Amino acid sequence: MAAKFKPGDQVRIRVGSPPGHFRTPSYVQGKVGRIEAIHGDFRNPEGLAYGKDGLPKQFLYLVSFDQAQLWETYAASSRDRLFIDVYEHWLERVDCGS
Amino acid sequence: MPRVHDRGGWPDAGPINKAEHNYALWEKRTDALLMLLASPAKKVLRVDELRRAIESLPPEAYERMSYYERWISAIETLVIEKGILTKEEIDKKAEEKDS
Repeated sequence: MAAKFKPGDQVRIRVGSPPGHFRTPSYVQGKVGRIEAIHGDFRNPEGLAYGKDGLPKQFLYLVSFDQAQLWETYAASSRDRLFIDVYEHWLERVDCGS
Repeated sequence: MPRVHDRGGWPDAGPINKAEHNYALWEKRTDALLMLLASPAKKVLRVDELRRAIESLPPEAYERMSYYERWISAIETLVIEKGILTKEEIDKKAEEKDS
């Protein structure tokens, strides 16, 4: 299975608080970030958390965000970015120009 | 509404205490217990399961407990869930230790 996204792609983080364990903090949900790197594919921690096998594996990406977009009152440099690892099933493609 | 562990962006709770401190014997034992249960030789539980069990603590319990209290509480939840020990067995042993 190939990775759905590549470095440079714009992605939006899915919004949701499914019951149980998930690895995507609320402060990035709904925000648009940029794929910086593909870490590889790994067993899905949301299944592993319940003693399951975590298959199929999910691609894990390094995603970066403009800090000022995440925090309303962000007062430091406008060039600051947040880097966070996010699994593929939490990412939605953002088409250029939209 | 973020769950209790999902803290990013919460109102500032003051500075983080970064001072080094000694661990109590029970805290070291809790750490050792998890390392053993999660070891490749035992594979009784995974850290993902530990995290899930910690996140499932009632918010007031999560706030009240110390770091290793959350760990030992989650380990207890998981070994009961997996049928390795019963709550009664754990409580009985704790009573013996206390007396």
